[in-house]
Amino acid sequence: MVTKKTLSYKETLFEVEAPDIAAKAQAGQFIIVVPHEKGERIPLTICGYDTQKGTVSFAFHEVGKTTKELGCYNEGDCLLNVTGPLGNPSEIKKYGKVLCVGGSIMIAPIILQIKAMKEAGNHVTTVLGARIKEAMILEKEARELSDEVYVATDDGSYGYKGLDFLKELLEKEKFDRCVVMGPVVMMRDVSEITKPYGIPTIITLTPVMIDGMGMCGVCRVTVGGKMLFGCVDGPEFDGHLTDFEELIQRQRQMLPEERLSSLVWETSGGCKCGRNKA
Amino acid sequence: MRKQEPKVRAKNFKEVALGYTEEEALEEASRCLTCPKPQCVTGCPVGVPIPEFIKCIKEKKYAEGIATIKTKNALPAVCGRVCPQESQCQSKCVVGKMGDPISIGRLERFLADWERDNGFQLPPKPEPTGKKVAVIGAGPAGLTVAADLVKRGHEVTQFEALHVGGGVLSYGIPEFRLPKAIVQNEVNYVQKLGVELRLGNLIGRTHTIPELMKEGGYDAVFIGSGAGLPQFTGCPGENLGGVYSANEFLIRVNLMKAFAFPDYDTPIRIGKHVVVIGGGNVAMDCARCSMRLGAEVCLVYRRSRDELPARHEEIENAEEEGLVCKFLAAPLEFIGNERGWVKAMKCICMELTEPDARGRRGVKTIPGSEFTMDVDTVIIAIGQTPNPIIGRTTEGLVSDPKRGTICVDEVGKSSLDGVYAGGDVATGAATVISAMGAGKRAAQAMHEYLTNKK
Ligand SMILES: Cc1cc2nc3c(=O)[nH]c(=O)nc-3n(C[C@H](O)[C@H](O)[C@H](O)COP(=O)(O)OP(=O)(O)OC[C@H]3O[C@@H](n4cnc5c(N)ncnc54)[C@H](O)[C@@H]3O)c2cc1C
Ligand SMILES: Cc1cc2nc3c(=O)[nH]c(=O)nc-3n(C[C@H](O)[C@H](O)[C@H](O)COP(=O)(O)OP(=O)(O)OC[C@H]3O[C@@H](n4cnc5c(N)ncnc54)[C@H](O)[C@@H]3O)c2cc1C
Ligand code: SF4
Ligand code: FES
Repeated sequence: MVTKKTLSYKETLFEVEAPDIAAKAQAGQFIIVVPHEKGERIPLTICGYDTQKGTVSFAFHEVGKTTKELGCYNEGDCLLNVTGPLGNPSEIKKYGKVLCVGGSIMIAPIILQIKAMKEAGNHVTTVLGARIKEAMILEKEARELSDEVYVATDDGSYGYKGLDFLKELLEKEKFDRCVVMGPVVMMRDVSEITKPYGIPTIITLTPVMIDGMGMCGVCRVTVGGKMLFGCVDGPEFDGHLTDFEELIQRQRQMLPEERLSSLVWETSGGCKCGRNKA
Repeated sequence: MRKQEPKVRAKNFKEVALGYTEEEALEEASRCLTCPKPQCVTGCPVGVPIPEFIKCIKEKKYAEGIATIKTKNALPAVCGRVCPQESQCQSKCVVGKMGDPISIGRLERFLADWERDNGFQLPPKPEPTGKKVAVIGAGPAGLTVAADLVKRGHEVTQFEALHVGGGVLSYGIPEFRLPKAIVQNEVNYVQKLGVELRLGNLIGRTHTIPELMKEGGYDAVFIGSGAGLPQFTGCPGENLGGVYSANEFLIRVNLMKAFAFPDYDTPIRIGKHVVVIGGGNVAMDCARCSMRLGAEVCLVYRRSRDELPARHEEIENAEEEGLVCKFLAAPLEFIGNERGWVKAMKCICMELTEPDARGRRGVKTIPGSEFTMDVDTVIIAIGQTPNPIIGRTTEGLVSDPKRGTICVDEVGKSSLDGVYAGGDVATGAATVISAMGAGKRAAQAMHEYLTNKK
């Protein structure tokens, strides 16, 4: 682990040494991290890579035990295993006008998309969304890279309130492609907004995964009535064809168990660094 | 052989069969006739010198015995436990014509366990040949090829996608049939021979085969990536919560040790009434794991008991532990509750049809015989096919369009020069020893290829 950067209270960016992965990584792909012997395999989207240094970066939001635990890792610590790059790279080419919508922690990987889209010669309009003002991350980076930036928060404490303003934006401007990375509910809402305008909308699915290479089938999603695997057929899919309700339901499958795991860990003293005391 | 009591073992993940004591092993070995033309060896896909190693046991030369096995088989502790000996070596044993055949598998296991307790010896280091080989997958096929080629002086790097080696031995076959410490021990042995094992390296993504050969400087590649892609039934409701593929279920329980959750971080949710669909070894393993996690389990199989493809010993073990079977039935639909979790399964009864020209009986549905069963967990164990990632990223590699298997000749040579394949990826789901046999043949062919290559 080379660098650790705190993005906000519960969001952290890590840069880790993984030369094989760095050499192959492309925007849109993800890695699987196993922190230690007894740990889970968790998928995280690549949000940067440096072929010279042989490093890749990922950012995560502390939601359950494994991500909370990861938050306690520091520079110089080692992870048991990092596998990748997994999933298909994004289709980056010259579309014309591209709308990039990033929400919450997924703002970090969308920065990589913006960069790639810009390099391919697109005009990029970026929309950043967060729950509250304090959770808005990487706004400066997004502003430097994009042609235009809009920000929004759920509670309206910063920028627009919610995503309804997107409709007005779409009335005014014509986009050739829309890329959304964020919480599932946000990706669903954006897909619904762009649909009537016929803008191809690409979302990054985050179904529950285990192996991330097509072995377990837990990541299956229904897209256009067909069963596909999030890890090998995706992670990007057409937002207008995705069965979001099923996805949301499948994501919640193990919630009670995950809560238990988190609770057991916290009550037994968390990671000992004091960051995550119950 | 001694086993844990069914009532006790049905509640734990410890090994079911306990293995021979020294006395038992000596007694069993003494029954072997040390035939001059041993039939048993003809039944062994890798040609283990069976009478020779049994003779060593008789003479209590255990170190020599295990060394004898290892000239042909790098994974004796595994094979001694999970090989279907009853249909291989033991089915050919002459003693079996008059009574019980020699328990070759158990003797093999005895020696392997003896070695584990007494430390193992490495063969002398060979002269380096200067040739580099990449082996994809660290299952039985890949481990065999890696071990055989490193012993011949080639430089071998093994690429494994998961974060542990062993293939199905690690993620599929449960702890109570094959303890993971034993698998790890075998994997370590192959590494000690000098093989470099790179975990978390998915070929097709991290590197592709053409990259390995061009930029990586590998002279030959062996693909032993197994058959890891789960099949689904296609019935409505299959994506409900509580419907697992056998692979998801086994990976959670065995590889990620969900049975020890929350000490280990990966959970599994299992209800009271589990249905396993299928009838092979995989289905038996899912059923027995579910019982150990506290559920009542019903196996739903579309043919009759006589057609069950699982090993007899394992069917018996499972029934002793409380497995209930529903034969001649197939699922039609999975029904969910308001929270998206499966609560019932609609099935239909089947009947066997007359044997066809090849003597195989088919099945057909009986109209109007639908019935519904209450379930809260479904595990689908109806077979696996090879993962398509390698095929998609290797131009010119020919595979069977229907089964997804890589096409190879009898020694494992694929359509690409210097690229070999074997094990489940070439045959479809089979057995540990057949994967190892394929590995042996491929290693020999690759050695010849490398030696002739300038
Ligand atoms: C392709 C992909 C890319 C991802 N990229 C990122 C990323 O860049 N940054 C980031 O913070 N998160 C990302 N996620 C989500 C991240 O993997 C989960 O937040 C993480 O696994 C939670 O682990 P945990 O043990 O801390 O929480 P858990 O205790 O496992 O779960 C807490 C919550 O997270 C949800 N969850 C659990 N596992 C997953 C999973 N595999 N995918 C989605 N949700 C899950 C659960 O439904 C639950 O609500 C990605 C997921 C996928 C599939
Ligand atoms: C539940 C279950 C129970 C079984 N029980 C028995 C039994 O009792 N007796 C018996 O003889 N057989 C049994 N079998 C079958 C036996 O395990 C297999 O036939 C055997 O493991 C096949 O070996 P293999 O080396 O071809 O493949 P695998 O064991 O599948 O190993 C392949 C390895 O390659 C890795 N891999 C895949 N793709 C890539 C890639 N692109 N890059 C890098 N690595 C990759 C995989 O992660 C895996 O580790 C069982 C199988 C299962 C699933
Ligand atoms: S055939 Fe039977 S008796 Fe003869 S050598 Fe083999 S195991 Fe011994
Ligand atoms: S995560 Fe296992 S198949 Fe996709």
